[in-house]
Amino acid sequence: MTPQDLSRYQVPTEAGVPLPEMPPKDGVIAAEPAPLIDEAPADDASTANTAGYQVPPAREVSRGGRRRPRLRDERITLAHGAGGTATHALVEELFLEELRNPALEQLGDAGLVRAGVERLALSTDSFVVRPLAFPGGDIGELAVNGTVNDLSMAGARPLALSAAFVLEEGLEVEELRRYARSMARAAAAANVQIVTGDTKVVEHARGDGLQITTAGIGLLDERVSLGPHNVRAGDAVLVSGTLADHGMAVMVARGELALEAEIRSDTAPLNGLANALFALGPALRWLRDPTRGGLATTLNELAQATGLAVRLDESALPVRPEVAAACEILGIDPLYAANEGKLIAVVAPERADEALRLLRAHQIGAEAAIVGAVAPEPAGMVALDTSFGGSRIVGMLVGDPLPRIC
Amino acid sequence: MRFVDEYRDPELARTLARELAELVEPGSVFHLMEVCGGHTHAIYKHGIMDLLPPEVDLVHGPGCPVCVMPLGRVDDALFLARQPDVLFTTFADMMRVPGSKETLLDARARGADVRMVYSPLDALELARRNPDRQVVFYAIGFETTTPSTAITLLRAQAEGIANFSVFCNHVTIEPPLRAILDAPDVRLDGLVGPGHVSTVIGSDAYRFVAEEYGRPVVVSGFEPLDILQSIHMLVRQLVEGRAEVENQYTRAVSPEGNARALAAIAETMELRESFEWRGLGALPRSGLRLREAFAGFDAELRWELPHADVPDAKACQCGQVLRGALKPWECKVFATACTPERPLGTCMVSSEGACAAAYLYGREHVGVPA
Repeated sequence: MTPQDLSRYQVPTEAGVPLPEMPPKDGVIAAEPAPLIDEAPADDASTANTAGYQVPPAREVSRGGRRRPRLRDERITLAHGAGGTATHALVEELFLEELRNPALEQLGDAGLVRAGVERLALSTDSFVVRPLAFPGGDIGELAVNGTVNDLSMAGARPLALSAAFVLEEGLEVEELRRYARSMARAAAAANVQIVTGDTKVVEHARGDGLQITTAGIGLLDERVSLGPHNVRAGDAVLVSGTLADHGMAVMVARGELALEAEIRSDTAPLNGLANALFALGPALRWLRDPTRGGLATTLNELAQATGLAVRLDESALPVRPEVAAACEILGIDPLYAANEGKLIAVVAPERADEALRLLRAHQIGAEAAIVGAVAPEPAGMVALDTSFGGSRIVGMLVGDPLPRIC
Repeated sequence: MRFVDEYRDPELARTLARELAELVEPGSVFHLMEVCGGHTHAIYKHGIMDLLPPEVDLVHGPGCPVCVMPLGRVDDALFLARQPDVLFTTFADMMRVPGSKETLLDARARGADVRMVYSPLDALELARRNPDRQVVFYAIGFETTTPSTAITLLRAQAEGIANFSVFCNHVTIEPPLRAILDAPDVRLDGLVGPGHVSTVIGSDAYRFVAEEYGRPVVVSGFEPLDILQSIHMLVRQLVEGRAEVENQYTRAVSPEGNARALAAIAETMELRESFEWRGLGALPRSGLRLREAFAGFDAELRWELPHADVPDAKACQCGQVLRGALKPWECKVFATACTPERPLGTCMVSSEGACAAAYLYGREHVGVPA
């Protein structure tokens, strides 16, 4: 991924932090009042338990020998948006420091709130992608699916979304209409509605053509309680399909690499797959969609949160041949490239085969695979048994993945 | 994946590993240097060390063009990037390399126009499209990347593109190999020869290693089976008491190299009297500069560069790592003060650096915590 490519620029948003106000206010459409939520104190003990999010005890974290990423930069660079260690440092040392509360501290894909007796998940996500349309999808579809997926990974069923648009002066109306239409299609596919929105226009060359921020609420499913605290050594690790499709599709679509390949983004709503897995009840331990930073970064987060290890089997990792070839040519590791329609599930070992069947029963889960297991060692790390017969560590993404020189 | 899987066959790997274990004599260790950073990464990435008997010790070499660049040259690049009319272009690997104060990524965040290119020809294209800007290409690399810079210079000259220049940091592979083979603190029994460099200079270029230093060389490809086979070939030579240049990478490398590429280099560039290397110091006739006929494209002549002689950070031991005198994890700041996100030294930055490879892939083996 080049530094310019931030297929998802969502640093503060996953943690449920409001985005800074955009400067000019050139018009507002469809600005309806947001639904009111009766919020119970989030530090209510029962909420913390049932919500399924607990901070792992400090002891376990230190067992992994993990030092927290430090934010020592004087300025924001593109690395802060790439989803790796710099992003973590920014979120934890700036946003979390300034905006701390018990719900935010969980740093989940969605924040959990209570409205009366209902338990809700709230999530938001900003989208900046170049080009705006690429094989397999466009920014509109990404924006809907991204938030639907974050809610689903928190164990919730998405109810409704909001969408905010930052338009750059000069954007063609017809092009914008195309993205709005694909948002409508994506929302219909995920069975959610976009119930409120906002529009701002910025001067030419001050935006990226179009930036979209979506937010969504979902109802937590009673059958599951997901979180790293559930994860045990021996649990199986599954992915719902092939890796790196989105990241490589966007990189190739940019046309800077003199590389032609038929690679399509995998952008898709994951609520159907997630809902199928919710049937596993407590045997479903943890769910995440490996977007920026890819499978490697997401599993590193799991390893660090639990103090356990994830051991992957390289030969079991599903990667399309054309994607593998593009990665090989560019020197990009598919484990670090973004996905926009895949989930990782950690499942109790005795239910792993059943989970695999549930995933494969869906069209977008047809290539699901068991790719590894949670293990006690090496604590706090992700290890990979290579198909060549050796083993290695899979570290967290550092900076942006950059194509090599020679 | 066709043409790749064939070189990653675990069955063949096990067979080779078994044969290798039978070749060595228990307790008698061979120290083999893989010269090229690409080999270092492949070794870690595929876990090749797990397949080697304890009698084979791999030592990482200096063949990482980013790693050998001294701080002063990085600062010169940053100076160029900060010039108001300059559009500075570079390969991705250089973006994160720290100068004495900042990296090119930092400079860009502060407003410098720094662009990543995949080939110097892309930089030339930027010059064509931005005639009012001075486009500078930050040229680095061994003989692998030098021909593409040379061809770009020839094209720029043919088209008379006046707003294009090259900050030339190309280096050659022989002088650092001699420096390492002469070093008193490094004991090497044989070399895994670079693959990509050799496609240009040919395998015959290493005959001095066999003839003058009495050490075997096997030029190797980059797939895991290539490397394993090359190690096997080296050990066989050592066991049989031979010191020859052998070529495992015959599908890409010929004994004499690529004559057209070499001619393009010779037409556009000449050896400097001396060039400063990180870790190895000033090596005579080891770096290239543009020839007189291309002086108009020489960024070092177009701007007055600081050319400061900047010492490395005190704690940084990249020098010893680059010479193979230290393993990455033996450096006192490895994974503590020096990590890929906050590198002190170049070896931790580049995708080919030995420390970055050891940090990203190898910590399980050396017991360094995450």
